[in-house]
Amino acid sequence: MASPEPYTPPPLPTPFTHTTPPPTLLTQGAEAHIYKTTHLTPTTPAALKVRPSKPYRHPILDRRLTRQRILQEARCLVKLVREGVSVPAVFALDWEGQSGDGAWLLMEWIEGVVVRVVFERWEAFMKAGGEGLRGERWRAEEEKVRGLMRGIGAVVGGLHRAGVIHGDLTTSNLILRSGVEGEREREREMEGEVVLIDFGLAAQSSSEEDRAVDLYVLERAFGSTHPRCEMFFGEVLVGYRDSYKGAAVTLKRLQDVRMRGRKRSMIG
Amino acid sequence: MSFTLETIHLPHLPSSLPVHVALYRDVQNAPFLRQQLISGNSEFEYALIDASMILSRAHVFSAVFRAVIDYLNKRLKSRNVHSEIVFSFSPTNNIADSFRKFGISDSTKDLLVVKVSVTPEITHDSVAAHLAQSIEGSPVSFTDETLSEIADVAKIKKAYKLGALTSAPAGQVNGASNAEKMRLENSVIGAIALRGAT
Repeated sequence: MASPEPYTPPPLPTPFTHTTPPPTLLTQGAEAHIYKTTHLTPTTPAALKVRPSKPYRHPILDRRLTRQRILQEARCLVKLVREGVSVPAVFALDWEGQSGDGAWLLMEWIEGVVVRVVFERWEAFMKAGGEGLRGERWRAEEEKVRGLMRGIGAVVGGLHRAGVIHGDLTTSNLILRSGVEGEREREREMEGEVVLIDFGLAAQSSSEEDRAVDLYVLERAFGSTHPRCEMFFGEVLVGYRDSYKGAAVTLKRLQDVRMRGRKRSMIG
Repeated sequence: MSFTLETIHLPHLPSSLPVHVALYRDVQNAPFLRQQLISGNSEFEYALIDASMILSRAHVFSAVFRAVIDYLNKRLKSRNVHSEIVFSFSPTNNIADSFRKFGISDSTKDLLVVKVSVTPEITHDSVAAHLAQSIEGSPVSFTDETLSEIADVAKIKKAYKLGALTSAPAGQVNGASNAEKMRLENSVIGAIALRGAT
């Protein structure tokens, strides 16, 4: 039986063809590839997001879409950096994409653990007997989770205060920044600054509907990926409520969105 | 001969394009140097930058990186890669304005010089020798520490329209000044990266 061809990612755009050592591919989505590389000095880590051109699209349309999307993402990030929201800084980008080999965005590398993994570890611990905890020890576990939930609410609130919506809030797009790399003790596994990543679907908006949908998407993501943590999701909203002036209005709107789902219009 | 000329290879750029950087204080012949640029004297093809407009090494390298990428992609908006470096510091598309704000002026005392080896004849030694006989000033080491002594942060914030940069969110007392510095630097670097996006 013929074995499937080993996967080879599309060639890197210039100037990364010269890069030594070459950037390492971390993940790939439908729209983009993420590499780890360096920037400005060989010891400054950086994340490289490449949007390869899509051969099935008309070249003019392809260039326009790629350019629009990479710029949208970069503009949102730069605005958020200015506003002091925890997101990766933009180091450099190319929205033109030379000779059709794709546009790229070079960003700050955020060292830490994806929040999805943090919760998965905790849920595994609880399943393996942690649920038998009583009294003080259970309260300590609960307080850890609540603290992280509030931190998530606060960073999403800061994002909305700055006039940006994320568009794809899940626990995979949140990183718990760690000062130093390495295993942390269980007591401190949920401490640290929450950083928002992947602004590929982000947009500038201050509408309460858009903001409420952002929260709703995150709430649903919790329900499906972290069933044991879902009972603490209310703490996200507590952290969110105190983070900007219009938060209360958005939370009220969230109740409407919950009743009908994220699509307001039933047309189409 | 000056030994403070630093030669750097920036990641991702071809190794045939090293970048030479030198920093001077108490420069005495700024009007002469500026005149060489205006008259287009090819011996003085440098990026001559008013160092009070510089925050850090990362700030400098971001502008150089942007200019060299545009040079490699044949997208220069100005005469050559060295004028483009000065232009790359600017958050706007106005070339004359960027030279006024970031380039050398007759009153410049602290000067940053950048040269890219666009031809093989341009080497560390050739640049060092030429600078030693052309620039009347005290060479100092090109470090973040020296740069932060020279930087005029108020002027930099104004040039990048970051005057209204709100203070840090409440609850950041320890290390807040360092976080604020990083935020300013990252805001400036983001503006350099996004210049020209419409």
